[in-house]
Amino acid sequence: MAKLIKRRAFKDTRGEGELFRRRALAGFALILLGLCALVGRYVFLQVLHHDEFALRSINNSVKPRALPPARGLIYDRNGVLLADNVPAFRLEIVPQQVQHMDALLSDLGKVIPLDQDDLDAFRKQLKQARRFDSVPLKMRLTEDDIARFAVNRWRFPGVDVVPYLTRQYPLGPLFAHVIGYVSRIDADDVDRLDPDVYKGTTHIGRIGLERSYEDMLHGKPGYELDEVSADGHIQHVLRTDPPVPGKNLYLSIDARIQKATQDAFEGRPGAAVAIDPRNGQVLAMVSVPTFDPNLFVNGIGLADYASLINSPDKPLLNRALKGTYPPGSTIKPFMGLAGLEYGVRTPQDSVLSTGVFYIPGQARGYRDDQRGGVGTVNLYRAIEDSVNTYFYKLALDLGIDRVSEFMGSYGFGHPSGVDLPGELSGVLPSREWKAKRMKSGAWYPGETVITGIGQGYWEVTAIQLAHALATFAGRGVPYAPRVVMSTADVGASPVPLANPPTGPSLIKNIKDWQAVNDGMQLVIYGTDPFSTGIGMKLGDGFPYRIAGKSGTAERFSRTSDAYNENKNTTYLAARHRAWFEAFTPAEDPRIEVSVVLEAGAWGAKDAGPIARKILDAWLATQGGAVPPDHPLPETGPEPASSAPPSTPEDTPQDDMPASDSSSPEDGTP
Amino acid sequence: MIDTVRTRFYRFLRRILTRPRVDLPLAVALFLLCGAGLVTLYSAGDGNLSLVVGQAARFVFGGALILLMSRVPPSVFRNWTPWLYAGSTVLLVVVAVLGEGRGADRWLNLGIMRFQPSELMKLTMPMMVAWYLHPRQLPPRWKDIAVVGVIIAIPAGLIAKQPDLGTALLVSAAGAFALFLSGMAWWRIGLLLAAAGGMVPIAWHFMHQYQRDRILTMLNPESDPLGNGWHIIQSQIAVGSGGVFGKGFEQGTQSRLDFLPEHTTDFIFAVFSEEFGLIGVCAILMLYAFIIGRCLWIAMEARDTYSRLLAGAIGMSFFVYVFVNGGMVAGLLPVVGVPMPMVSYGGTSAVSLLVGFGVLMSIHANRKVHD
Repeated sequence: MAKLIKRRAFKDTRGEGELFRRRALAGFALILLGLCALVGRYVFLQVLHHDEFALRSINNSVKPRALPPARGLIYDRNGVLLADNVPAFRLEIVPQQVQHMDALLSDLGKVIPLDQDDLDAFRKQLKQARRFDSVPLKMRLTEDDIARFAVNRWRFPGVDVVPYLTRQYPLGPLFAHVIGYVSRIDADDVDRLDPDVYKGTTHIGRIGLERSYEDMLHGKPGYELDEVSADGHIQHVLRTDPPVPGKNLYLSIDARIQKATQDAFEGRPGAAVAIDPRNGQVLAMVSVPTFDPNLFVNGIGLADYASLINSPDKPLLNRALKGTYPPGSTIKPFMGLAGLEYGVRTPQDSVLSTGVFYIPGQARGYRDDQRGGVGTVNLYRAIEDSVNTYFYKLALDLGIDRVSEFMGSYGFGHPSGVDLPGELSGVLPSREWKAKRMKSGAWYPGETVITGIGQGYWEVTAIQLAHALATFAGRGVPYAPRVVMSTADVGASPVPLANPPTGPSLIKNIKDWQAVNDGMQLVIYGTDPFSTGIGMKLGDGFPYRIAGKSGTAERFSRTSDAYNENKNTTYLAARHRAWFEAFTPAEDPRIEVSVVLEAGAWGAKDAGPIARKILDAWLATQGGAVPPDHPLPETGPEPASSAPPSTPEDTPQDDMPASDSSSPEDGTP
Repeated sequence: MIDTVRTRFYRFLRRILTRPRVDLPLAVALFLLCGAGLVTLYSAGDGNLSLVVGQAARFVFGGALILLMSRVPPSVFRNWTPWLYAGSTVLLVVVAVLGEGRGADRWLNLGIMRFQPSELMKLTMPMMVAWYLHPRQLPPRWKDIAVVGVIIAIPAGLIAKQPDLGTALLVSAAGAFALFLSGMAWWRIGLLLAAAGGMVPIAWHFMHQYQRDRILTMLNPESDPLGNGWHIIQSQIAVGSGGVFGKGFEQGTQSRLDFLPEHTTDFIFAVFSEEFGLIGVCAILMLYAFIIGRCLWIAMEARDTYSRLLAGAIGMSFFVYVFVNGGMVAGLLPVVGVPMPMVSYGGTSAVSLLVGFGVLMSIHANRKVHD
């Protein structure tokens, strides 16, 4: 220390002061230079690049959030609510805020039960979602779930309970095959959908009306500009552009008729369609059995789905649109009409029914239903008694080309055009069809013969037959069947959907129409002992005249004599499809029904009463119709003689050129 | 005896309060700066008053220390300097052996308060260099420069090891400025800087990975926007979006919505820039420049070499705070833990800075008498 102090004497204090002054000034100059550099950097950021950073700041803090529109509601024609939106809560996760998703999910599963379906759907959606978008994990939380989650909320950052509107079908199974259902949007949907329209939407119409009217029901999403913090929480709503809710739909179906129709089946598999022939409006459409569409809305459980899929009755199959069956005798009125319209027959032209019909020059016999035949029949009795021989011969006289052309004009062989998705075309037998579909392309006369009675290659859906008969009942004016009658914006009154006829009337001569109509009334009211409707009392107590026709189509070819020996109903029901078609009032039809029973023994006996119950239900909705006094139509001349000698029943059948052995061969009552 | 002590204490207290020996321009400037700091903190802390009150309390405490320090003659500081330096260094060693802290071991728990010995070194370092150079013949030769180098290197190394690069930088800068002000020849400075430049790759080798990452991220923040680059990107967005006039008090979305991390401490100047714009930035930088200039003015007026070097070094290291923090916030410098003086929330640094200004007040009070 002392040494240091000694050296102080040598110091030039004044010079040091001057040196320091210079250094301090130099230092201050350097400091000012440094501060200027700093200011330069701030000018660079705050002036030169201000716009860019201002935009990034806005993008940072302002996030648009899609407001999904409320889906349109669906009502029946009288305003009965069929598809509703009810508030519910779902669990959502923002992936960005989750560090370890697997750990979170397993912890969360201890608080709110998550089944494998939830987790699978979540992981699938997680892959497609952006990191800051919230992904739904579990739909329709129970109050219990919400309460338990609320207590544990702090443990799960990024997980939230979010309110939403879920679809509910108050009448459940009754309209499942018409309305269909909505379900969660999946990976395939994401690729297909317009992201602008479906932003924020979690459900989409999957089948039925929900699907075909998706665009109308969905509405337009709105947007909300939210100021959000870095952890994604909304601080303020800056702007709201409200969504436009989807349109409400009003069905032409009357829920009361629909219910009566469904009940009439008593659970037996089948389908029925009722149409107003004046405008094509569908009044009822059922497919039995049915299912609860509510199960599908928020993801159906594996067990529920397995039981629906594995059920032998196929409840998920919409038989009205996708069940194709041979039409059997139900096409006979159309055949009769074709004969009249082509000028091949007059109503009075008669044919002798002997029990078996032979194509000239061929040994193979084609059976009548009555073993000994029913004698000489004109058009009226041919329809009333469903006489095969009359139509065998008529088909042969018309030729397959005219038969196909005429049947095609009534809509057979192609979709009816109903406003529901998934409709099948069925099969209208024709040369072209066979040439395209069969290896042995040539058409044989025997095929024409059985085509005349609705057997052979024929495949028809309930909606096709309903559409064809509705076209006939409406004096030939074709309308595409429509399930939706009108639409309404929220708060506005319903506006009918236009459904103009798809073409001019198909009837050339109204007398032809009247003759076939009269023949069909005889099916209900005829007194002939061979009348198909005899004893069925299908018209009893009904104030309007009913015109109808039954059909019993065989499901298998007869390979043994068992058919002739087993006449018990159970055996026949296992082999037959039972059809019934009807319209009323006969002189000015306002409703047409067609019914198919998948396992019915006889059309008139099994399907007929169902048709009648539908008509009764319709009548009830018409508010006490006054029974008008309608005279019985003229009947054709009674057959002169009774059954001719019967022909051998064991006529060999293998000469028929049918390549498909499982297709029905012949014989319909 | 006790009465006498008490009487003398009261007399001292009365003198401090009635006749404060402070430089008025510096005091006013510091007062304004502290005010601006509290206003910014109020906004950055989302209106959290307890934060502001806590900080204000530290300012009051620091202000009291200024008044106290201003009464202590510089010669007392000078005489105590070697012991203060030795004490601080020992504390740094203690911290290195048994310190505690979040990730970086820089805190010493004294039971009633936790405290960072490195903060103490910010003041004792320029003191020690000034003390060493005070009796030497100036400008210093290589031998003195080497000794000063050792004086700087020992504590700076200990602090850098904690690891606290920011404080190590501030401490070294304070010592280096004293050396600079002592009149070290420019060619020697140039040679040393060139040598330091050559040392960079070696320093790089000894750096922690996170320190290297910070430098790499500074060079290209977009390479890792959600990780290391997040601070820099969000801070620049805050600064840039402020524009010329700023978004207005309490209107800064970057901080209010938590996009800006550490927006009450190291990154508070980004909040300030966002809300008050370029105009605010220029105004506060001018205030800082005035304070630094006033410190150098006081240094020039000082009576002896020790006081001159100490006052000048304190003033110039104040600039290092502003430049490093301001540059970091604007993406000009890597992220190091250097606060914006008087604006960033945090006790130790504010108090240690104010103690430094107390020393300046003392030097001012004992300035050269003009003849």
